[in-house]
Amino acid sequence: MAYRWKNTLTRADVTPEAMWLNRRQIIAGAAGLGAIAAAGAAQADEGLEPNSYEDITSYNNFYEFGTGKSDPAENAGAMVTDPWSIRVDGLVDNPGDYSLAQLLDGLTAEERIYRFRCVEAWSMVVPWNGVELADILTKVGIKPEAKYVAFESLADPETMIGVRRQVIPFPYVEGLRLDEAMHPLTIMATGLYDRPMPNQNGAPIRLVVPWKYGFKSIKSIIRITLTEEQPPATWNMLQSREYGFYSNVNPEVSHPRWSQATERRIGGGLFNARQDTLMFNGYEQEVASLYEGMDLRRNF
Amino acid sequence: MMAFVDTANRQLRRVPAWTIYIAGAAWAGWLFWLGLTGGLGAEPINALERAYGEVGLKLLVVTLAVTPLRRFLGLNLIKFRRALGLTAFFFVMAHFLVWAVLDVHSLSRVWADIVKRPYVTIGMAAFLMLIPLTLTSNDQSLRRMGGAAWRKLHKLTYPVSLLVIVHYIWLTKGFPYEPLAYGAVIVVLLATRIRRFLPAKAA
Repeated sequence: MAYRWKNTLTRADVTPEAMWLNRRQIIAGAAGLGAIAAAGAAQADEGLEPNSYEDITSYNNFYEFGTGKSDPAENAGAMVTDPWSIRVDGLVDNPGDYSLAQLLDGLTAEERIYRFRCVEAWSMVVPWNGVELADILTKVGIKPEAKYVAFESLADPETMIGVRRQVIPFPYVEGLRLDEAMHPLTIMATGLYDRPMPNQNGAPIRLVVPWKYGFKSIKSIIRITLTEEQPPATWNMLQSREYGFYSNVNPEVSHPRWSQATERRIGGGLFNARQDTLMFNGYEQEVASLYEGMDLRRNF
Repeated sequence: MMAFVDTANRQLRRVPAWTIYIAGAAWAGWLFWLGLTGGLGAEPINALERAYGEVGLKLLVVTLAVTPLRRFLGLNLIKFRRALGLTAFFFVMAHFLVWAVLDVHSLSRVWADIVKRPYVTIGMAAFLMLIPLTLTSNDQSLRRMGGAAWRKLHKLTYPVSLLVIVHYIWLTKGFPYEPLAYGAVIVVLLATRIRRFLPAKAA
């Protein structure tokens, strides 16, 4: 089910406004949601603007290609993303090796403009293109026993210099609780700015979970497994005191070595001030109910 | 090797020590300019902070290498040592200022970080320990203190260099090899100061 969530961030500054409004109406018309689209357009004054394509594609954490922020842009060109195959296994009705096209066939891609908050206390706003993860999971069929979704990234020493150096254990793995995975905000992104996903951003397909720290949004996915037990997650395995399984953006729970109360939006130059970090990265209304009754200090 | 060292020593005799200050100031200014004009990437504050810190660390390593280089290779850089040490301090101060003024941006948060974040506490301690060394890096202080006391004070460089490495390792995510490589070099340079490893002094 596409369009279960409406963008509240604006892209008016990067696309001429008339064209952008126009496109909205076309999309809205197609989905028969004219009234809601009008409300969406009215909301588009939040004052948040997406980062430039240049910022989004030049400042990345993708340790498979090195630990420096510019390393992925420099080194990720070597990765081969076509053909791309994704193994779907575990507690699903239709396990198997899917090509990217097979996995996405019949699903509706849409644009989602999301805040992106890194655990290192910087942030961006990114106009992603992708499909809801829920649609993919529904398509492969979720067995009733499934409680979690595990993901695995490509780890190819031939094309990935960071994998050769073993800067952290590879392959990179991540996981979500099934209800988090099925949430309308959770998408599998295949592009940004209406262009194919650049390699340094996790081509050809990556997870985006906007209310969690960026490292949960695993890149260049080659395997999706539904499990009954909580799956391992790379940073959590490395330093469980610093990186919890949930890793929801939370200004009140500091990383042991730095505060999470504020963040700096990338792209503001040398005199760019910090801004306050929002609970669940600004998606509290949408996702807080997933964690009702949980102690978020303990389950960080 | 000896021929090379002799040539180097002869050439270096012609280079005045103040060129180090000029080069240091120019380099710091250039990095700042790059930060202003987009040359340091999408997040120039962090990049500039790191760049100043790293130049400071490199100069600290070079300063620590002066004595072993002379003792083991006969390469004489002594006349540059003060300029190298002072320039190292200036970069560490620039590193601190970018952090406090541009990065953390508020006095209360600066203080909170110093108190609460161990790697900041350690970096701050190293910075403070460098201040008396900087203030006494002049002929007058050397004369007033006397050589023995002055040398004793300036051995603070050793713990400072170890604190700097702990600071660097502690602030990184994962296990990148750069801080560990710097750490290894510093440990080797400090080990050359342990008396029993030294070659017998020539009469």
